Amino acid sequence: MKLNKIFKNILFVVLAGIFLSACATKKVSNQMQGDVYTGKDTVEYLASGVPDRVFFATNESVLTTASRETLRKQAAWLRKNSKVNVVLEGHADERGTREYNLALGERRANAAKDYLMTYGISGNRISVISYGKERPVDSGSNPLAWSKNRRSVTVKAN
Amino acid sequence: MKKTKLYIFALLLLILPKTSFGLIEVDITRGNLNPLPIAVSPLFVETKSIKEFQNLLKKENIGEDISSVVENNLKSSGLFNPLKKEAFLQKPDIAHLKPRFEDWSLIKAQALITGEVKYENEKLRVEFRLWDVLAGKEMMALAFTTVPDNWRRVGHIITDKVYQRLTGEKGYFDTRIIYVSEEGPKTNRVKKLAIMDQDGFNTKYLTLGNELVLTPRFNPTNQMVTYLSYFKNLPRVYLLDIETGVQEVVGDFPGMTFAPRFSPDGKKIIMSFAKDGNSDIYTMDLENRIVEKITNHPSIDTSPSFSPDGKYICFNSDRSGYQQIYVMKSDGSQVKRISFGKGLYGTPVWSPRGDLIAFTKLHKGKFYIGVMRVDGSGERLLTENYYQEAPSWSPNGRVLIFYRETKSDSEGKGFSAKLWSIDLTGYNERLVDTKTDASDPSWSSLLSE
Repeated sequence: MKLNKIFKNILFVVLAGIFLSACATKKVSNQMQGDVYTGKDTVEYLASGVPDRVFFATNESVLTTASRETLRKQAAWLRKNSKVNVVLEGHADERGTREYNLALGERRANAAKDYLMTYGISGNRISVISYGKERPVDSGSNPLAWSKNRRSVTVKAN
Repeated sequence: MKKTKLYIFALLLLILPKTSFGLIEVDITRGNLNPLPIAVSPLFVETKSIKEFQNLLKKENIGEDISSVVENNLKSSGLFNPLKKEAFLQKPDIAHLKPRFEDWSLIKAQALITGEVKYENEKLRVEFRLWDVLAGKEMMALAFTTVPDNWRRVGHIITDKVYQRLTGEKGYFDTRIIYVSEEGPKTNRVKKLAIMDQDGFNTKYLTLGNELVLTPRFNPTNQMVTYLSYFKNLPRVYLLDIETGVQEVVGDFPGMTFAPRFSPDGKKIIMSFAKDGNSDIYTMDLENRIVEKITNHPSIDTSPSFSPDGKYICFNSDRSGYQQIYVMKSDGSQVKRISFGKGLYGTPVWSPRGDLIAFTKLHKGKFYIGVMRVDGSGERLLTENYYQEAPSWSPNGRVLIFYRETKSDSEGKGFSAKLWSIDLTGYNERLVDTKTDASDPSWSSLLSE
């Protein structure tokens, strides 16, 4: 009888755990696809409807479909505002060695630069800087925070 | 930073007895399972000199202060167990003349350090002896003079001599650590170059924190430092003379240069140069300014480190798809992958003894500091943590210093960055005290060589 009660309690805790973790997964999956950030929390805008940043998977510098869409919007905006130059700031999350992350940030920013250039933006208008893991936007030590930090941000230079 | 000259005027008062059987020895290859009990008798201050030192250094008893430096050093090595002074029966001056070995063996001391300090011709003169208590013999005696302000270094040099006499290997106590001092929120850290004695004393800041600075490394042959600075928002490798404060950009690269280190002869800087999304390894000769491209590969090649004979370079590359460690000849030929374990490998650093490469490993969400032989065999992980990286060797190749970061929440609460050291055996992990948060440590060579 007593044992049965304990067993019931354990079962309840386990079920509660499953329920809670299901919630957590759901919440994350709203803002992440795979481990690429898809939310809007940290995004700023160069102009109305032109997001300033794109996000990357862990250790990757490949542009996702969403990133390419964002960069095409940036390219269209840059074509209309031909006097504006930009700096692409490449970043990495904190789960890598400092030196490798500097190189990775540079590679990410250049992936964005190359894409802007294929959409007609002159390389002279774009400079690139890597901050590695030095300038996170989210201080959290969790997968969602890391996904926000793996980014290339397009910043007006003038 | 003033150059501090140290005169070793009488290297040996007595000729060292040749290593004979029966005298104590410390085995440094087995960790601190059985640290040697040692008594560090406070150095006796010559009566006439007491006032002088009190005026000059504002220290009641400089002899006691120097012996505490020695005691802390010995303790931090993990190889020695310095005994409590309260238990000492013999007075410092008498012990230094002729120890009563029965008194010292009664408190279980196996070795004894005694000494005397004097103020002579505006210099501090120290004389010390190391005794084997069980054999009842003097093992070494040494005297030297220095400027009184250098009294902490006196303690470090004594420790180096004792360590060398008892272990058969050079010490690492008269050395300094250069590192990055960190303050402020995690999203916008203010970083400065800082330098301190190996035991955490005499901290000095070499930059003001106006620009981001990273990864300082000592020249193994002098007091020059190379590091990465974001001065004017252009991340470039710089060279800094820590005595004059003069700094200059290394080379004229049209993009980010990073991950610098000196060659073992101190004449070249090896580093990465990133352009168009690709990082390759370059060297620059500091005398003739000739730049050479060492790797040529569309992957990220970084964190280069020379072997102590200068013939090889180990580095980090993701050419296999993920970060791994490679070794090549110093001209870039014969590239060979050496890390094949599970996980990612970074920051390889060649041991000053030449036989090992220390590294950072990331596997299943944990970070490890480890060592492997230069052919990649014999991988040994020394310590596991949430985040740690960037090992740097003590000049004798026995100890590694690295930095460790803690987890934080989205407001940055819980975050810290600290320096830690660990013995090559995997024992004796210790927090290295710094005034602020700290990262990217680099260990200097012995200053007195």
